[in-house]
Amino acid sequence: MEKITLNIDHKNIEVPRGTTILEAAAQVGIDIPTLCHMKLHDMNIENKPGGCRVCVVEVKGRRNLAPACCTEVAPGMEISTHSMRAVNARRTILELILSDHPADCLVCAKSGNCELQDMAHQMGIREIHYQGAQTHYREDTSPAIIREMDKCIRCKRCETMCNEVQTVGVLSTINRGFEAVVSPAFEMNLDHSVCTYCGQCVAVCPTGALTEVDETGAVIRALSDPSKTVIVQTAPAVRAALGEEFELEAGTLVTGKMVSALRRLGFDYVFDTDFAADLTIMEEGTELLSRLGKYLAGDKEVKMPILTSCCPAWVKFFEHQFPELKDIPSTARSPQQMFGAIAKTYFADKIGVKREDLVVVSIMPCVAKKYESSRDEFAANGNPDVDYALTTRELASLINLSNIDFKSLPEEDFDQPLGESTGAGVIFGTTGGVIEAAVRTAYEIQTGKTLPRLDFHELRGMEGLRKATIDFDGTPINIGIAHGLGNARKLLEEIKAGKSEFHAIEIMSCPGGCIGGGGQPYHHGDVEILKKRQKAIYSEDKNKTLRKSHENPHIKKLYEEFLGAPMSEKAHHLLHTGYFDRS
Amino acid sequence: MTKIKLAEKTIELIKSVCTQFGNKESELINVLHQIQSKLGYLPAEVQEVIAAELNMSVAKVYGVVTFYSFFTMLPQGEHPISICMGTACYVRGGEKVLHEFKRHLGIEVGQTTADGKFSLSCLRCVGACGLAPVVLVGEKVYGRVSPQQVSKIIAEYQEGCVNVQTA
Repeated sequence: MEKITLNIDHKNIEVPRGTTILEAAAQVGIDIPTLCHMKLHDMNIENKPGGCRVCVVEVKGRRNLAPACCTEVAPGMEISTHSMRAVNARRTILELILSDHPADCLVCAKSGNCELQDMAHQMGIREIHYQGAQTHYREDTSPAIIREMDKCIRCKRCETMCNEVQTVGVLSTINRGFEAVVSPAFEMNLDHSVCTYCGQCVAVCPTGALTEVDETGAVIRALSDPSKTVIVQTAPAVRAALGEEFELEAGTLVTGKMVSALRRLGFDYVFDTDFAADLTIMEEGTELLSRLGKYLAGDKEVKMPILTSCCPAWVKFFEHQFPELKDIPSTARSPQQMFGAIAKTYFADKIGVKREDLVVVSIMPCVAKKYESSRDEFAANGNPDVDYALTTRELASLINLSNIDFKSLPEEDFDQPLGESTGAGVIFGTTGGVIEAAVRTAYEIQTGKTLPRLDFHELRGMEGLRKATIDFDGTPINIGIAHGLGNARKLLEEIKAGKSEFHAIEIMSCPGGCIGGGGQPYHHGDVEILKKRQKAIYSEDKNKTLRKSHENPHIKKLYEEFLGAPMSEKAHHLLHTGYFDRS
Repeated sequence: MTKIKLAEKTIELIKSVCTQFGNKESELINVLHQIQSKLGYLPAEVQEVIAAELNMSVAKVYGVVTFYSFFTMLPQGEHPISICMGTACYVRGGEKVLHEFKRHLGIEVGQTTADGKFSLSCLRCVGACGLAPVVLVGEKVYGRVSPQQVSKIIAEYQEGCVNVQTA
């Protein structure tokens, strides 16, 4: 590729043609401030509308300042990233943005994690010299996401995620000039739109314009109510990310500290969604084998491939966009909902607590889980199986306000029986993990043989679309994996066209799977953080004595004492569900 | 989402316009132009069909419809009245003329009278600055309009017979 020589801040540098000033500067260690720009390396995701102009630099001989994020380098360019002209312009631009931004940082949900706030700090803004009209737009609350458009700086990152990455197409800039706002079509509220609540818009929003619904207050009230028994479940991806909220290196596993924090917060029992993930494998794996068995025996009626159904945003996605395929995904409920259903029946009976007096809280890397727990079908007589679903971030805020010094906490173990899990349950937290867990169990049940190996590296990775063929003792099983709904769409189009080569497909809505969920600590565009979380998940799996769901002793006991067998009538009633045409 | 409740004929019309432009997303503006010229406006249900035909999100279609002031989601009156607010018309009293239209019709800019006869809009420059201030009723151009003439212009259309005399 042709190389171009240029000079940035008196440093000579050679870069390939097509490189932007921003990228070239980064190569010589110069970090030009940006606000709207976002690039998720290795994921092919970039947002560079050149809209905020915070990244302007001075180019010798050029009349106007150049936005570094979307100006390509040219031979012999002499660039100053911090000349007085550039810095003054940058500060003026920032002050103008701030002049149309509510100054309620002290009470904003995003305070301390806000890129606009950080930028104002970095630029040393002490006064806003411009005063004029401010945008006012109604607040939009849904079961999972809150839109406060007064705080929007129109960076369009959410639009990129919603349209290009997820292909959900809910958000678009509408109107023009001062009236412009990011909104669903016809300014409808999110809960009337085809929004999946995947929360990737929340994950990338630089300000407090998009945040999750905060349920910490309700949980605190439940915890302080003596008439309630309050139990908690923690999703696999939470333990690989929660530490980041307490300044621990990304990828630090904090399972034991998380358990002790939850106990100190006052939860009566601290359980693990991983247990329910093992249960999911028993149900979903059995369903897979039953459908696969019929298919391989030549049954033309049976629907193939089978698709995983753990991800609530993915479920809502196909209900809106591919309703004709709604009998293809597994009917197995998600681990969160399986846990809730078992907790409020089997476990409530065991401890002699009435359903109404048992409060189930879940800690999820996800904002869509809030929506999922509110779905009508996951309740009995109006009492939901899962009462509150908090994000990883909300748990961190609960820990903070309870004066718990997270870093110095001892490591503790989950309670039994719903806290026992295998490595297969843990890997549910990353892309590729659910199907690997399913393979570990399905193989042994199908063939009656012990797996020669447990690590299926061919199913792992960060590529958006992956495929592998696993040899089931002579029968090749084709597996597809997609993360990010845009990738999922490609596989669904294939199925619709009757061209799918797969027997089973795993789909997770968020890039990276749950480790990159919309409820996780903000990664601010650093994809390395996701990779570290993924590594942490696999290392927890590796360190487990039991790594196959069907070997979980408490799962075996649950079937013996309560459910009978996978796909039994009772299991159907409590652990399976149906889907709706929402088009 | 709202269920689409358009007449079969209207849906066919939209589909044929989209096909004419190769069902390409990049032709959205042309498609909107054509369909508005045929239907008079672009209600939500129409935008939903267009989005489906061009294989794009309805939010994006709505984004474009709301960006350009030419597009409207409200039905136009039988006689759409446009008052030029370009510089020349403005300095020669366009705003006073507009005010008279509002007063006589009892509607604001962007609205349609209850009987569906008149709608009111503003535009910028029709390229006839020598005739400023300019008013358009449908395709007909009225030049050097004074506030006093407004009631006469409206009356032309209320009697149901258009005065053929040119302005």
